[in-house]
Amino acid sequence: MVQPSRARSRPRGRASVASVAGELLLTAGVVVLGYLAWQVTLADAVMGERQQEAGRAFAQQLDAASGADGGAVAEEALRTDAPPAEVRADDRESFAVVHIPRLGEFERVVGEGTSRAVLDSLQQGLAHYETSAMPGEVGNFAVAGHRNGQGGPFTHLDEMRLGDRVYVRTEQAWNVYELRNHEYVPPTAVDVVAPVPRMPEVPADGRYLTLTTCNPEWSAAGRLIAYATWVGWSPAADGMPAELAAAIGEA
Amino acid sequence: MYAALWRILPGPWSVRLLIVLALVAAVAYALIVHGYPWAMQTFFPTPDPVIE
Repeated sequence: MVQPSRARSRPRGRASVASVAGELLLTAGVVVLGYLAWQVTLADAVMGERQQEAGRAFAQQLDAASGADGGAVAEEALRTDAPPAEVRADDRESFAVVHIPRLGEFERVVGEGTSRAVLDSLQQGLAHYETSAMPGEVGNFAVAGHRNGQGGPFTHLDEMRLGDRVYVRTEQAWNVYELRNHEYVPPTAVDVVAPVPRMPEVPADGRYLTLTTCNPEWSAAGRLIAYATWVGWSPAADGMPAELAAAIGEA
Repeated sequence: MYAALWRILPGPWSVRLLIVLALVAAVAYALIVHGYPWAMQTFFPTPDPVIE
């Protein structure tokens, strides 16, 4: 005798409005919990990768504009004479790419002005203080970036060490800076982006780089600042500085 | 709703299970790569890193 299958013998439940609503609510709960887990684990990997892609694409544009051969490496030592003057970018315009080997495969686009439009953009992510100097200019080239979220370029800014190089690449030149120190400041410490950082009364005397981000993580209670000083430049047309090429190759 | 989905799927239960897992994976991928980034950009501004 053939046994009826278990599926057939079980009463077939009909979906009611309440059961569908319940299942939708459970699903919504899972999706929301998923968002929470995603925000603290995968968010900056996913969105940061979009910014990296944008960085690579913009770097190719700069290569084309400067006449540099894509994978070219400049073998000459960095020059320490005055680098070419940069033309100020329009608000929200992309004008530079920053490489920081200490932060891993880091290649992000700098946009003009510290608006949310630039900071939150997956095409940019680094925001140039519009009143600060341009790359290589005498004064302070100051850039803000999120610590967490929206790509979180500066999540590990606190792990940079003395002497770590920061490469700022424009259509004309690679300007190279070297990390000097960190500082933890309140959000109101506007003089960190002064021409001479922390000395607003002193006129510009050298070429500095200031990076600003949130501190602690996921909080706007304070700011983490990284200061760097200029070490030299090389023409964009010659290609990537050999030292950076080596650092990327090792990474 | 999900019971109805299970009944619509073809094949024996092992095949259905594979299809369901594939669907779940596809939905999870779409959320991680597209849905959640959009949600963060739209609804969850992260702390301001600017000095002002």
